[in-house]
Amino acid sequence: MSLTPGPDGYTPSARQRERIAYRRRQSVRSVAIAAVSTLVLGVALMLGVTGSPGWQRVRESFLDASVARAALPSVLSGLWLNLRLLVFCAVGALALGLGIALLRTLRPAVFFPLRALATSYTYVFRGAPLIIVLYVMTFGVPGLRLSGTPSVLVLGGIALVLVYGAYLAEVFRAGIESVHPSQWAAARSLGLTYRQTLRHVVLPQAVRRVAPPMLNDLVAMQKDVGLISLAGPVDAIRAAQIVTAETYDFTPYIVAGVLFVLLAVPLVAITDRITVRAARRQGAV
Amino acid sequence: MTPVLACDSVRKVFHGNVVLDDVSLTVDEGEAVVLIGASGSGKSTLLRCVNLLETVDDGTIHLDGRDITDPRVNADEVRRNIGVVFQSYNLFPHLTVLDNITLALRRVHKRRRRDAEQHARRVLDQVGLADRAGAYPDRLSGGQQQRVAIARALASYPRLLLLDEVTSALDPELVGEVLALVHELKGMGITMVIATHEMGFAREVADRVCFLDAGRILESGPPAELFDAPREERTRRFLARVSARG
Ligand SMILES: Nc1ncnc2c1ncn2[C@@H]1O[C@H](COP(=O)(O)OP(=O)(O)OP(=O)(O)O)[C@@H](O)[C@H]1O
Ligand SMILES: [Mg+2]
Repeated sequence: MSLTPGPDGYTPSARQRERIAYRRRQSVRSVAIAAVSTLVLGVALMLGVTGSPGWQRVRESFLDASVARAALPSVLSGLWLNLRLLVFCAVGALALGLGIALLRTLRPAVFFPLRALATSYTYVFRGAPLIIVLYVMTFGVPGLRLSGTPSVLVLGGIALVLVYGAYLAEVFRAGIESVHPSQWAAARSLGLTYRQTLRHVVLPQAVRRVAPPMLNDLVAMQKDVGLISLAGPVDAIRAAQIVTAETYDFTPYIVAGVLFVLLAVPLVAITDRITVRAARRQGAV
Repeated sequence: MTPVLACDSVRKVFHGNVVLDDVSLTVDEGEAVVLIGASGSGKSTLLRCVNLLETVDDGTIHLDGRDITDPRVNADEVRRNIGVVFQSYNLFPHLTVLDNITLALRRVHKRRRRDAEQHARRVLDQVGLADRAGAYPDRLSGGQQQRVAIARALASYPRLLLLDEVTSALDPELVGEVLALVHELKGMGITMVIATHEMGFAREVADRVCFLDAGRILESGPPAELFDAPREERTRRFLARVSARG
């Protein structure tokens, strides 16, 4: 679409120049339309919300800047806990999910009990609500008074890993099964063993294919990490709750909420990018 | 001399459907044996049995005098000595052309990376694709992909090469380049079993042609005999049908 002559001394014809100018005008116009309509919608929303009868009260108890400033340090330090927990739980759930998915692909008869166990695990933990698993782990397990029981934080993390591991196992399994049997045949024909085929041929293709749903589960998990506050550890949400109890003002929750969204933005952006790329790749083949 | 491959009374049944019935076949070193027959006559199944992708329901298959249908043999070890090229190439889409070839060299034959890559480049050069080593399979034409698949099968010096309709998925103008390559392999003295629908090619490359009909080898012999003076009525009818089509 360049107007400068190419290496072969080519200059676009008058008709082509006219087309290029037209397309440029069209794209300027569409940007302008998008800007105006965004502005109109934004103003309408703002007027609608700030013009509502209860706006003053809501603003004081949810959007108080001084409370927000006061709450920020403790909410931030709580968020640091969420972040660390997220990293550990994500790694744990991915590893557990992959392990379970692999167990479910094993065919030899000796593995029947393991396979059955893996299958029932995915059935149970995809069905069980996270809150209940969390309560059982953090209140029920310590109640056994076994020596060496880990802290509530670790137990809560295990609950998250158990629930998300079950989802991720299904994601991985779908990926493994989506690899065509002819790929197995080709790899085995070359003399690769079952494990080598899985490791070098099937899993790389499977993971690429399920990367979007996998990352999506991790985004969901990063929110649910906040539920651990129900069991006591002072994460961002718990910290917000503490400040709220002192000030009778809900602003800290908004602060925590905004921080959670900010935390999710990079992960969501990566997910979208990978999804688009996967779609493009599949369209190209 | 023990033959490279000896199938003896091989039988294969799928869901009560007899697909291979009393198939016996020997292939000597350096020989190219071509399997012809109608669609569904059992050509692919026979090759899959030889490669242990299917287990036979009776009979034996010997590779270099060793019974590979014995359930105690290590199938992975047997397959190391057999190269296979499929109709649909089956390259690994997530690996470059070079990595497609080095995967088995490194993981199965335990060659070092540098060594494996050098060897892979030599083989790629043989099939005329030295300049595409870094490309991914989906950037190659069908004929090029099939040549890579042949290079991949050849790279580990198999005792026996199985080619299953390696040109059936190709556009007519790409068939020639792949067939020419198989010709070269024959010239190199590679022992091959080839299933094909290309009768002209079968006639040129085969030392012996076997006509499969409903799971049995109805007739076999040198191409000149089988194509020009078939003994069986069914062979005659099959040949008439395919030559009318082609
Ligand atoms: N896995 C399987 N399960 C059930 N039936 C099968 C299976 N594989 C092959 N068959 C059947 O075995 C018969 C022989 O199939 P095979 O693929 O060996 O034929 P072919 O001679 O290679 O045919 P083509 O020329 O079309 O490739 C067919 O009737 C087919 O339906
Ligand atoms: Mg076939």
